[in-house]
Formats: sequence, structure tokens, C-alpha cells
Amino acid sequence: MTVSSSPAPARPGVPPEASPRETASQAAVRLRQRRRAWRLAAWAVPIVAFVVVAIVGPIVVPYDPVTVRLGERLEPPGAVLADGTRAWLGTDQVGKDLVAQVLQGARISLLVGVATVLAAGVIGMAAGVPAGYFGGALDTFLMRFADLQLAFPSLLLAILIAAVLGRSVTNVIITLSVTRWVTFARVGRATTLATREREFVMAARATGASTTRIMGRHIVPLTVTPLIVVATVELGLVILAEASLSFLGLGTPPDHPSWGLIVANGRNYLSTAWWISTIPGIALSLVILSVGLFGDQLNDFLNPKTASK
Amino acid sequence: MGSYLVKRLAYSLFVIWGAVTIVFVVVRMIPGDPAQLMVGAEGTRADVEALRHRFGLDQPLPVQYVRYLGQAAQLKFGDSLRLEVPAAEAVSQRLPATALLAATAMVFGVGISLPLGIFAAMHRQSILDRAVSVVSLLGQSVPNFWLGIMFILIFARGLRWFPSAGTGGVDHLVLPAATLALLLVGVLTRLVRSGLLDVLDEEYIRSAYAKGLTLRRVINRHALPNMLIPVVTVVGLQLGSLLAGAVIIETVFGWAGVGRLLVDAISNRDYPIVQVAILFITTGFILVNLLVDLSYAYLDPRIRYR
Repeated sequence: MTVSSSPAPARPGVPPEASPRETASQAAVRLRQRRRAWRLAAWAVPIVAFVVVAIVGPIVVPYDPVTVRLGERLEPPGAVLADGTRAWLGTDQVGKDLVAQVLQGARISLLVGVATVLAAGVIGMAAGVPAGYFGGALDTFLMRFADLQLAFPSLLLAILIAAVLGRSVTNVIITLSVTRWVTFARVGRATTLATREREFVMAARATGASTTRIMGRHIVPLTVTPLIVVATVELGLVILAEASLSFLGLGTPPDHPSWGLIVANGRNYLSTAWWISTIPGIALSLVILSVGLFGDQLNDFLNPKTASK
Repeated sequence: MGSYLVKRLAYSLFVIWGAVTIVFVVVRMIPGDPAQLMVGAEGTRADVEALRHRFGLDQPLPVQYVRYLGQAAQLKFGDSLRLEVPAAEAVSQRLPATALLAATAMVFGVGISLPLGIFAAMHRQSILDRAVSVVSLLGQSVPNFWLGIMFILIFARGLRWFPSAGTGGVDHLVLPAATLALLLVGVLTRLVRSGLLDVLDEEYIRSAYAKGLTLRRVINRHALPNMLIPVVTVVGLQLGSLLAGAVIIETVFGWAGVGRLLVDAISNRDYPIVQVAILFITTGFILVNLLVDLSYAYLDPRIRYR
């Protein structure tokens, strides 16, 4: 951060890294900002770990949807299998290693979460920004439609759509995008409304910039910051919704071991094999918890004034 | 207030109409012919045609839509394909069980999170406040279907305190209601805590202290009434996720409510039941939110609707 006006003389006690033009209080602000950025980065570590595991995990321990080993079914965590390997998290009812399933499940969660947030974000922006910019009938129609959709508990709407579409990873992404675009549309609209009359937008309009250009170059960039927080919160919700749908048998097909699906598979073996249902649920809780914590921190970082007490 | 009531009722009707329409559109998107699905592989072409005619599927879509709206207004949604009773009747029979479950969860959720949130706000930054934050965050992060299964594992299979599944007396209600309530506790405790902290920063609270009131009286008479509105709003909105959660929790615990009927109907492709179950749950949610909106005027004398 450089200071443009009235160069202040360097005072004693200013940290050596501060430029001579910087006052002590400015250096303190900078230091505090840097510390806040580092703290935010620390909260991101669990999410980065999840992403790495989801991408690299299935490569290290490949998931084989076909092979069943009935001789090794329901082995507890840590059991040594016939081929000498150790099933660290146990095996399921057809003898499949849970480590491979949980890693594959991480990949499915990540894929569905990111794809849905991207799709819902793009749909929501495409609806919300023009609605906020033009107002009028378009705005009324889109926002009434959004209200109607919000009258549905979103998981219930997802259940209805998923039941109609059938089970597949793509259909889960479609279903959840359709049920979650509204939030993005509302935030996109609200930000556009707040930006529409600001000087730089007026200036762009005065210089003859096209409507598309004003929205694309001047308004959309300003919606990014509020949308990042929304996207983080939505990521957790989407991962949870995917698991719930899969648990009900409406999400991923049987050869795609989503965490919700593994939990459902283990339900019939609770007395004999507690680990099948327990372990994917722990993974799921940890991921949603870390996304939630990171979202809170991100919100505090981007909106320090409304930071939670 | 009177015209506001009319306006608000009209809006609720509009939203219910929207829900009916969305269900109509989504169900008509089913790939393939529903009559063919109902008849199954053994059905002849004549069977399919007869069924299409009986359900009006041979009519153009707008005609089907108008007929469907008329039927919906009379709560006639056709017979369940499996149970051979009117779908509306089959769902109505299950409503009390779901209502009991949701209401119990709501009572416990609010009953736990109010004192917990107040306590956390009054002992801000203490170890117990931190603990409350962690617990409420966990309550929001843990998937409820998994939590239900863990409860079965611990309290039904392990300790044998409660039955693991089924509908019946109070002992059957405890685990599913507790699972649902915990989700609510997570959301509400945080809200009560931050809402109370916001209110405590206000000037009139300082005045209340200044005139010599005790902390207890300031909280009870001045702070709490002013944070009820956001709490009541969120309770109303949370009912939506509570009802959706009930669908899952009823499946986990084999609780014979609308939710389990819905999930069974989906796997049986019993679309009349699916339609009615979704419409009934959604309508209940809309009506509760109407009540919430109307209650504002009583909670906050500043709000007087024209």
C-alpha cells in the first residue's frame, strides 16, 4: 500500500519493512490486514486438503465398482485381507474396501458441489443481473418466480425433480442447480440494484457503452465479492443435499459410491458392521463443517464491519 | 390490518397455485408415457389407451392443466396406483404422524436453543459460550440422516433405551424428534445469541441499566421482546427444512408419516401420491409462514399494517 499525499517523516519505532513514507498507524493497519489474510488462509487448509484428497485419493487407491469378494465381506477396520493388504476402514457387505469407496465418494461430493455451484451461479447471475439492471416487468416476473420456488422447501423440490429425472451424477447436478439458482439470482440482483446508479456506471453510460458492456464489464465484477461468500455457503448446502438425495436412493447410481449412498448401504448392517454407515458420515460432517467455518471467516474478512461477535 | 390480511392471504393462494403448477410441470416432464409406466411391460396397447383416456392424458396439455387445477381445488388427485384409495386420503391419514414429529422437534428445538442462546450471549467469550458455538455449528454441519443412524446405533442397538424403528408410543418418538430438533438447535442458538448481542448494544438498554434495573429485568423486559421477530421468522422458515428433514428422518426411523409415504411412492412410481404428498407438505409450509407474518403485528407494536 503506497501513500500518495503529504509524506510523513519516518518516526522512531516504525517496523523496518515499512516504507519511509508510511506512518506507524498505517503500518499497523497493513500488519493487521496481513495477519487477517493469513488467518483466512489457515481456515482454508481443511478445504484444500479435501480437494487434494478428492482428486489424488482415487488415483492412489482406485475404486473398482465391479469386483466383489464375498469371502471378505463385513471385515472390521484394520482387518488383514486374503491378499495381505489391510482394510484400514473395513469392508462393506460385498467385500469392497471402504477406503477406496470413501475416496471415490470425496471425488463425487467435490464434483457435484463445484459443478452445481458453478451452474447455479451462472444461471442465477444471468437472471439476477439483468433483472436488477432493467427492473420493470422482467424483474417482477423473475423475482415472483423466485419467490414461488422458495415457497418449496428446496430439498423437497430436489426430491421431486430427482425422482422424475432418475439416478445419475449429471441428473443430481441438474436437480440441485435448478433448486439453488434462486439465491445467486437474488444476490446478483441486489448488488446490481446497488451499483446501477453509481457514478462509474453513469459515466460508462454517458460515454456510450452498450448495455451488455456495462453489465459485463462494470456490474458483474462488483457482484463477485458478495457471490464468493454465497458460493461458499451454497457449496456446503449442495454437498449435504447431494448426500441426502443419494441416501434416499434418488442421487448417484449404485456404481458411484457417494457418501450418502454408502451410509444408506450400511443401514442394514448396523448390528454387525457399524463402520459402513459411520465412516462416510464422519467424512461428510468434517467437510461440511470446514466449509461452514471457512465461509464464516471469509464473510468476516470481506465484510469486517458486520463481522460476527 | 384487515386489508393486509386479505393481501397476505391472496399472496399465499398465489404461491400455492405456483406450487401446484410446478408439480404439474415437473410430473409431466417424466420421460416416457406415464400410462405405459402404470400398465407395465405386460399391458396391451388397448390397456394403455384406456388408461390414457381415463387420466385425460390424451388431451392437449393446456386442457390437462385446467382440469388438473379444477381437481386440485377440490383436493381430488386421483387414486393411488398401489394403495387403491384416493391419494389425498392416503396422504391425509399420514399427516398427524408427521405433524406430531415436526411439532415435537420444533418444541424441543426452540425450548433448548432459546435458553442456550441467551446464556451464551450473557456469558460472552466464556468457555461455555465457545462450547455453545461449537455445538450449534456441529448441529448445522452433521447430516441429519447420519445423525439419526448414529442415534439408532448408540441408543437403540447399543444401550437399548429406545426402539430403533416404527411408529407407536412416546418411546418411538424420542429418537426421530431429537434428530430433527438438533438441526434446529444449531441454527436457532446462533441466531438467538447474535440477536441478543445486537439488542444489548442499543441505547435503550443502556438507559434501562441507567435507571437501575437488574440484568435479569433488562433481559426479560427490554432485550428479549425485541429479538423475537428475527427468531420467529427463522423458526417459520426453518419449518421448511424441518419438513424436508422429516421426509428423511421418517425414512431412517420407519416413522409412518407423509415423508416415508412419499419416498415409498417415489420408488413405486406412484405419482398421484407423490403429487399430493409434496403439495400437502408445501401448503403446510406456506400456511405456517403466513401465520408467522401475521404474528409480527402482535410481536412488534411498531408494525401496524395499513
